[in-house]
Amino acid sequence: MKLALRELVRKPGRFVTATVILTLIAVLLMFLGGLLDGLLRLSTGAIRAQSADAIVYSESSQSSFLRSRIEADDRAAIEAADGVDEVGGLGVVLLGARVPGNGPRDLANVAVWGYELPPTGVPEPPAPGEAYADELLQADGVEVGQELLIGPARTPITVVGWVTDTAYNGSGGLWADLDTWREALAQNRPDAVLADDVVQALVISGPGDPAEVVAAADAANEGTYALTVDDAISAIPGVDEQSGTFNQILGVTVVIALVVIALFFALLTVERTALYGVLKAIGARSRTIFGGLVVQAAAVTLIASAIAGVLVVVLDLLIPPGSIPLYVSVGRIVLSVVLLLIAAVIGSAFSLRRVLRVDPASALGN
Amino acid sequence: MTQPALQMSDVRKVYSMADNEVVALDHATLTVGADEIIALVGPSGSGKTTLCSIAGGILSATEGSIAVGGEEITDYGDKELTTFRQNKVGFVFQSVNLVPFLNARENLLVVDELGRREGKPARDRADRLLDELGLADRAKNLPSQLSGGQKQRVAIGRALMNEPELVLFDEPTSALDTELGQQVMELIRSEMKSRGTAAIVVTHDERITSYCDRTVHITDGVLNAD
Repeated sequence: MKLALRELVRKPGRFVTATVILTLIAVLLMFLGGLLDGLLRLSTGAIRAQSADAIVYSESSQSSFLRSRIEADDRAAIEAADGVDEVGGLGVVLLGARVPGNGPRDLANVAVWGYELPPTGVPEPPAPGEAYADELLQADGVEVGQELLIGPARTPITVVGWVTDTAYNGSGGLWADLDTWREALAQNRPDAVLADDVVQALVISGPGDPAEVVAAADAANEGTYALTVDDAISAIPGVDEQSGTFNQILGVTVVIALVVIALFFALLTVERTALYGVLKAIGARSRTIFGGLVVQAAAVTLIASAIAGVLVVVLDLLIPPGSIPLYVSVGRIVLSVVLLLIAAVIGSAFSLRRVLRVDPASALGN
Repeated sequence: MTQPALQMSDVRKVYSMADNEVVALDHATLTVGADEIIALVGPSGSGKTTLCSIAGGILSATEGSIAVGGEEITDYGDKELTTFRQNKVGFVFQSVNLVPFLNARENLLVVDELGRREGKPARDRADRLLDELGLADRAKNLPSQLSGGQKQRVAIGRALMNEPELVLFDEPTSALDTELGQQVMELIRSEMKSRGTAAIVVTHDERITSYCDRTVHITDGVLNAD
């Protein structure tokens, strides 16, 4: 291992090509991963933030809030269910908001939520006509204390504070009480008006695990069904497709990294056949030589990943907020590094057979 | 009584090639004393390298028995032969073959790194060897910064690092001019004799046999002692 690391330090030029290529691949991997995370945050933040165990939709809703209707008797049945402790109404309407100081056509996309049980990081519902705004809306010039005019009916909602990571469907969340949401819905979407005791969905919690809470709610009422929060996230249109597509691209990128490492170290092994023959003749075991290769592959990958990590963080700082949905996180960078390290080990393993085949006898007579 | 450094008895090495069998070593019997230096002389393809490879535990014999420093290695598998090479034999290769990115001292220490891992005693031994070989001031130099003779001396130091029973020199002067070749042979003789270490010097240059205690000729895999 010392031998392998010394070669890296003393002959860095030999590894520059592989390091540069792997750095570019690592940047691509981290950047694409950041885009996926950013898109998912924009699409799912409001649901991920729910601290409840499950969400209840009406039977024919296809897990869409806008199609879902929970009547008072449905709610009563679920509230009475064994295994359900807490029930809160939930509703949303997606609209454009006029922001003071912005042009008349420069609308901010908002998701006006009405809630009873506060999601994680969101305070108790504010007074009627007020809302907590998602920090995402800062990119649209929204400020605390401003009165936003929501939708074509210009329903006024005053921003009273900020919340984080609660976007939905690409729109920044405005978290209001049920009456404020219902009013915004009625004034701007007359086709979707709901009675005072009707909500789009219920968030529920219970003493058991989420699956047990879902089962309890499903057993209590026939006209509704419940999904765990994770399932509700998957049910958001496009989320699974988006994740699937991006993950396939990320997978291909990792495979490309693996191929690059495999080819580079296969070439290096061919180049070093004579040296390996000498080392074997003086007592090196194949596993020692192969271990050195793996250490070099891992070291090159770590160096490339470190450079790529810095580049992606700098890129994130340079990109204007709100221009592209890039979300750079430590978790994503660590995951990318782990994937690349796995690719490095597997890639370098392609040279194992060649290392095993190096004959120490080749050192003599040459 | 001191064990011979090498005792080969009736050793055969046969290579199978398609339908043919090629006999590389034919019933070779050779004993090398504990501090004896033997010149193994023969033309290309005569079996010199095969004999050295078998004596050094790189190849296994098809028939016969081999003992190095009293250790019977005839039936050793790959792992045991690797351990044997780490501990009992030293090699000096034809084209020197130092590790290009290691300095002279590290090229000696690589033997310890790959084998016994003694640490400080190995480092002390490497320094002593470099000093004895007149390379103390070249310890930090890379092979590319050394002359041909200095490289050869580093290779000799590497071969002596594991305090071997037997050192195998594969054409040690073939890449050197006559004067340097003679200096290297003098060095080999003095180093081997001062340590009481046996050596086989493979060569097809009859001029260097005078530095050896005995010359053994090999032709078509058959040994003929002078």
